[in-house]
Amino acid sequence: MEALTNRSKAVDRRPMSVWEKAYLPEIAKGMGVTLKHFFKKKPTISFPEETRPFSPVFRGLQVLNRDEKGRERCTACGLCAVACPAEAITMEAAERKQEEQHLYREEKYAARYEINMLRCIFCGLCEEACPKDAIYLSETFTPANYKRESFIYSKQDLLIPDPVTEPELYKKALGDRAKKS
Amino acid sequence: MAEEKKLFKVTIDNITVEVEPGTTILNAARMVGGEVAPPAMCYYSKLKGSGGKCRTCLVEVAAGSTADPRPMPKLVASCRTTVMDGMIVKNITSDRVHDARAGVVEFLLLNHPLDCPICDQAGECHLQDLSYEHGKEATRYEFGKRTFKKHDLGEFIQLHMTRCILCYRCVFTAEQLTNKRVHGVLDRGDHAEIATYIEKSLDNDFIGNVIDVCPVGALTDKTFRFKNRVWFTKPMDAHRDCPTCCGEVQLWMRGEEVFRVTARKDEWGEIKEASDGKTGWICNTCRFEKKDAKDWVIEHPTHVARHSVISANHYEKMVKPTETMPEVMNGRAPKLLMDIHSVSQVNKPTINLSQIEGPAHSDDFNKG
Repeated sequence: MEALTNRSKAVDRRPMSVWEKAYLPEIAKGMGVTLKHFFKKKPTISFPEETRPFSPVFRGLQVLNRDEKGRERCTACGLCAVACPAEAITMEAAERKQEEQHLYREEKYAARYEINMLRCIFCGLCEEACPKDAIYLSETFTPANYKRESFIYSKQDLLIPDPVTEPELYKKALGDRAKKS
Repeated sequence: MAEEKKLFKVTIDNITVEVEPGTTILNAARMVGGEVAPPAMCYYSKLKGSGGKCRTCLVEVAAGSTADPRPMPKLVASCRTTVMDGMIVKNITSDRVHDARAGVVEFLLLNHPLDCPICDQAGECHLQDLSYEHGKEATRYEFGKRTFKKHDLGEFIQLHMTRCILCYRCVFTAEQLTNKRVHGVLDRGDHAEIATYIEKSLDNDFIGNVIDVCPVGALTDKTFRFKNRVWFTKPMDAHRDCPTCCGEVQLWMRGEEVFRVTARKDEWGEIKEASDGKTGWICNTCRFEKKDAKDWVIEHPTHVARHSVISANHYEKMVKPTETMPEVMNGRAPKLLMDIHSVSQVNKPTINLSQIEGPAHSDDFNKG
């Protein structure tokens, strides 16, 4: 069969020569290769102290966005849930009361909002479906855990910090990809 | 030999049908069915006098009749124009119609708030379908949208006047179905609005039908308000023995909970005829007060058209899977089974959203 690329090497199955049968020189050659790698740049990084730069299209843990006044943007329209191929998103809506106007942007809001991270495949379709700019996939990984219970993310886990009361945390959560405005 | 009734031959988009004299172009096109039928926002075949207001059903008449084959100079409203023998109508085959319809949609959306993410009608809204199919992406309107004072239409019906397109269907329903009409269209032009006279509660037995005839989300069911999205509930045909109405309804269920009750709709989005041949209007008791699956005899899942978002969940052919765990484990309970209710806050067994009277509020969620 013809190789697809010219990088592949056919295995040399010829009988060994006397030089190769002498064993030690070949060992020294192999150790030389190993030694060469000591002086090369390390490809590994020590996560989580160091992180790699994210690709601009990286899709990580979801965040629920707030508007500039700190009100939740999500109106529980259900488009993310219907777009979700893994059926990871569930929500329950409620009507905003008169005294809750500073908490929620619209008349209707998500009283409960949950993403089952065990099901989520980070495809980003929820972000694409959202008409209210409410859900974004951030630059964070979902933290690992031993228990499955901790992968059911409630609204409190997903909500971005309030930009009015906690501006630093909010900026950090926005990440580097946030629109500079 | 009995005298045969003369039938008119009419050609709509190159399809010829024979219809009785006096039929409108719209109804003739509906006999052909499918895409040939023009969309209608205000015309409602079950309501006398409806139609002629929204202009979405405009068609081009390429030849008036065999006797006078001149084309009609302007596009005509097909719901109000009757057919003539030998008439040739162009609907989807006419570029002028497409262009006019895009214009009509733009006009209808001038004052429409486009709050579909909040609106309960989303997913079964005719204006949504219409603008999806014929609308343009942007509006050229630069002024503020009209707003209204909030009206309270009683505990069952929610009125969002900003969403109204003034089709008058609800006014005709109230006039023809109930013996006293307490709501109508007040004022004119930009100020025209559907309103009750001095906040009078609509307490007629059949007034709930205005929700079903409303093509947009202006009149919605308050008992279903914000409870769920239409496409997450499954429509089921059901009936009960009702002394006031036909009792043949559609239940919008989720699991065993009945979230909403509506009349059954046909392919044009109009209320179907009941088994007794009359229009299947349903009464307020059936619509608003029977929110328990035990009240109803459930027949089968309603067929939902393929293009509808409601069909996305494939309710019709859904088979509930049987619990395999006891069989596999020889009756032993598994040691590491996670009960989703122990972690999840959604769908709590203690909170029955369908039993709450109005829309749910924060305290409904916090008490459970």
